[in-house]
Amino acid sequence: MTPQVPLVDYLSLGEHPHLVAHQCSGCGARYFDRRNGCANCGGTTFGSAEVATDGEVRSFTIVTFAAPGVPVPFVSAIVDCDGTSVRANLINVEPSPELVTLGMKVRLATYSLGIDDNGTEAIGFGFEPS
Amino acid sequence: MSDDIWILGIKMTKFGKHPDKDTVDLASEAALAALADGGVTMKDMGVLAAGCLMQASAGIGQQLQKQIGQTGIPVYNVANACATGATALRTVIMAVKAGECDMGLAVGVEKLAGAGLLGGGGRAKSDAKTWTPSGRYGAVATTDGRIGTDAMPGVFAQVGMEYGHRYGGASFELFARISEKNHAHSTLNPLAAYSKRFTLDEIMNDMMIAYPNTRPMCSANCDGAAAAVVVSDAKLKTLSLEQQRRAIKVSASVLTTDPWQEACQVLPDVNTLTRNAATTAYEKAGIGPEDLDLVELHDCFATAELVHYDNLMLCPEGGAVDFFESGASWRDGSTPVNVSGGLQSKGHPIAATGIANIWEICHHLRGEAGDRQIPGAKVGLAHVIGLGSACGVHILEKAAA
Ligand SMILES: [Zn+2]
Repeated sequence: MTPQVPLVDYLSLGEHPHLVAHQCSGCGARYFDRRNGCANCGGTTFGSAEVATDGEVRSFTIVTFAAPGVPVPFVSAIVDCDGTSVRANLINVEPSPELVTLGMKVRLATYSLGIDDNGTEAIGFGFEPS
Repeated sequence: MSDDIWILGIKMTKFGKHPDKDTVDLASEAALAALADGGVTMKDMGVLAAGCLMQASAGIGQQLQKQIGQTGIPVYNVANACATGATALRTVIMAVKAGECDMGLAVGVEKLAGAGLLGGGGRAKSDAKTWTPSGRYGAVATTDGRIGTDAMPGVFAQVGMEYGHRYGGASFELFARISEKNHAHSTLNPLAAYSKRFTLDEIMNDMMIAYPNTRPMCSANCDGAAAAVVVSDAKLKTLSLEQQRRAIKVSASVLTTDPWQEACQVLPDVNTLTRNAATTAYEKAGIGPEDLDLVELHDCFATAELVHYDNLMLCPEGGAVDFFESGASWRDGSTPVNVSGGLQSKGHPIAATGIANIWEICHHLRGEAGDRQIPGAKVGLAHVIGLGSACGVHILEKAAA
């Protein structure tokens, strides 16, 4: 089987792909990047928390003009996953304001970014209509 | 003697394309004009704060001194994204307020004509030949365009759409009509980079950048500078009656950053820090939003203007759409907003913006705004947001005498 690597380290692959957040042990604030401390309470201990894979689109934009090398159009969205806000593209939906709507229900989905020179496949994620 | 702070002189250059002038030329032009406007010289200044965001390490303050006066005073070169100009002004105000000196100069300048998309970076994005994790997210490839957007038009589109999701009523057409207003206002501003009126159809059918922001709904990259001379109350009282008459009182000068909120590291929260800055500014000035005769707010995108009606409490919470629909923010409305044309038409030379918006307010409070004068203007508010984030709010009042 082709070895796989996630696009970002907070994407957990396997049979049920999902996102994993660093959760502050003090206040419960969730973060996706490497942490030095908690921006909310100043705590420095974190656990990991599985983020819900079902969510609701709280905001979106359809980007039709982007930096060189970024394929357009694409839908950028903020998805509310049971109280945890996630930034992601909406995928498997036509990028049109008639089909992408505020409040629409979506679920996490993964896709292949391709195989590199070492034979490793990178896997990205987005949210698709559910 | 009170600890009031005053703007003694202030000026902005024409915004637009200045191919024959560099940043030092533009900064000098604005600084010398602000000094002349205040009837003072560099020899009177006790402090200089200056910003040029795109050349943040170039020491624009000292470069400026080399042209208009190396008097040996302390220089603070500041950088705070789109709030750089407001930060320079606030730095000078703090120095004067602290009693370090009785007069100071704040300058913001930028050369941006022809600059492309900001935030997404100008470099072509390409992936490496092997998937190797790097950065704070352990990303093996470029995330801009794969995990949402980094570019400003899309970020601020999401800011406006989120407001629409929360309160309803924010359609593509509504955002386009906000832009229609600002472009209409710009036709009266000879210093605006663009002063062309657009029909709603023209705005909605122009090139889409990031839905719902089309090209005319985005701030215009251009060249420009602005400068202000700040004076203490005690010093002002020693100056001429004419200088005292034209001086504008700084009733509040506030700078905030974004406090932590759930989601703020996923989509920048430009709301809480603006609301906090406005709340503090209204308290300090003893003035409420209903007292404002005009407002210059940071309409870097049409989608941003809507949320700031609410953040600056120009309307009840959740009422920004109704506020706009009522016509309140047009120049003949109850709270004229961006009568300069705003960043969408006046232009947005980043570090100049946070002083140029204060010049616009002062211009009206002095009764010198000509064709676009808001009649009888006595109180105004200027607001800027620098993403990252920093927010500057200044409340200005006409001299009582
Ligand atoms: Zn915490």
